[in-house]
Amino acid sequence: MLTINSIKDGIVIDHITAGCGVEIFNYMGLDKVDFPVALIMNVDSKKLGKKDIIKIENIIDIDYTVLGLIDPNITIDVIEKEVRKEKKKLEMPERVENVIKCKNPRCITSIEHDVLQIFHLVNGKTGEYKCEYCDEINTLGR
Amino acid sequence: MLKGRHLIDSMDFTKEEMKEIFNLSKDIIDNTAAFAHVCEGKLLATLFYEPSTRTRFSFEAAMLRLGGQVIGFSEPNSSSASKGESVADTIRTVACYADIAVMRHPKEGAPKVASMYSSIPVINAGDGGHQHPTQMLTDLLTIQSIKGKLTNHTIGLCGDLKFGRTVHSLIKAMSRYEGNRFVLISPKELRIPEYIKNEILIKNNIEFIEVERIEEVMETLDILYMTRVQRERFFNEEDYIRLKDSYILDGEKMKKAKSDMIVLHPLPRVNEISYEVDEDPRGCYFAQAKYGMFVRMALIAKLLGVK
Repeated sequence: MLTINSIKDGIVIDHITAGCGVEIFNYMGLDKVDFPVALIMNVDSKKLGKKDIIKIENIIDIDYTVLGLIDPNITIDVIEKEVRKEKKKLEMPERVENVIKCKNPRCITSIEHDVLQIFHLVNGKTGEYKCEYCDEINTLGR
Repeated sequence: MLKGRHLIDSMDFTKEEMKEIFNLSKDIIDNTAAFAHVCEGKLLATLFYEPSTRTRFSFEAAMLRLGGQVIGFSEPNSSSASKGESVADTIRTVACYADIAVMRHPKEGAPKVASMYSSIPVINAGDGGHQHPTQMLTDLLTIQSIKGKLTNHTIGLCGDLKFGRTVHSLIKAMSRYEGNRFVLISPKELRIPEYIKNEILIKNNIEFIEVERIEEVMETLDILYMTRVQRERFFNEEDYIRLKDSYILDGEKMKKAKSDMIVLHPLPRVNEISYEVDEDPRGCYFAQAKYGMFVRMALIAKLLGVK
C-alpha cells in the first residue's frame, strides 16, 4: 500500500471517482503550485471500490460548484493543525453559468458565443442539466 | 399583466393570462373593425432568419389589421446576420426602431437570447424543432372557439409525434386543463419522446394510450390533430409501406368519427389529409389558420399594452 503522510494545514479532496483525479488536479492548476500536493489514484474504497484522492498542503479557495459538477461524489476535508476542522459533501448546483457548454449542435449557443452558458439541474441523481436556451438535457457528473 | 412581456416558451403564460388573450381574441373576432386602429403608430419588426410564408404573413396581417406597421426581413441573406451580426446585437438595434419584434430562427433558443437583450417584447415564431408558442395559442383558440371549452376532450394526435414541435406544445398546453385525455397515434419509430411521456403525462396522471393505427380509435376522438409523416423518418421501407395509409385521413375514415369531432392541422399539409375531407364541416384546419391571425392580433395588442 502506497503511503502519503498526513497533512498539517490543508485540504483533502476525497472520494473522487477513480480516474477523475487527474481532471480535477489539472482543473485546479495544482501542477503549477509551489506547495506540496499529492494525487493518489486507484485507492481501495469501501464505498466506491476504487477512488482517487488529492491532498493539498495549503488552505486554498476552491470553487465547489465546479468540483460538484465534475464529480458530485467528492468530499472535502479541511485540516488545521493535523485535525479535521470541516467536512464538506458536494452537491450538484441548481444553476451553473459558463462552466459547461451545450452539446446540442442546433442550440443558439453553438453560434452565439458571447451569451452566458446557463444550465439548470433537472435530476441530481443522474446529473442531468437542462440548457436555458434549447432545453436539451446534458448529463454531467459520473 | 402581459404588457412588455415576451412569449418564448409555450408555458410562459399562466392559464389566466391565456384566458385574457382568448377573451380578447373573441372580442376581435366578433368586431374586428373596432380594433382597426389600436396599434396606430406602432411598429412590428419581423426577424425571419429562415423562410416561413405562413407564420410571417399571419403576424404581418395581424399587425396591419390592428392599424400598425411592419418592418423586417424574411431571410438572413438580406439582413446583417449575413455579415455575422449576433442575435443579441440585432435585437438591441431593432429595439431602437420598433415597438415589438417577432423572431423565427433555425437555432433553438435564439428568441430566448433575443429576449434577454431586448427592451421591447419578443415573440418566438419558431426556433428550430424546439418551440412554436403562437401555434399553440392558435390551436387552443381554435378548440376553445369551435368546441366551446378546453376541458374534458379526447385528443388524438396522429403522425410524427417524435419530431413535431406543435404536437409537444399542444400536449403540454392541453395537459393544464382538466379531464383531457390523449390518444397518440403513430408508428413505433415516431412515438412521443419519453420526456414528454414521463414529465407531462405520467407525472400529472393524465390518461393516454399509444396506438399504431388511426382506424382503431377514430370513434373515440373529440379532436384529431394531424401531422405529416415523412418517408425519410422511417427506418425501413417495409414499415413505411405497411403504415403509410393509416396516417392519411380520408372520407372513409371520417365515417367512423363522431359527428362533432374536429380535425386540426398546423399546415402546410402534403397528402396526409385528402381533399375530400376539406368538404366535411369537421375539417377545421383552414379556420384554424384564421384563428391564428386573430390570436396573434390579441397577443400583439396585449404585449404592447394597447388593450
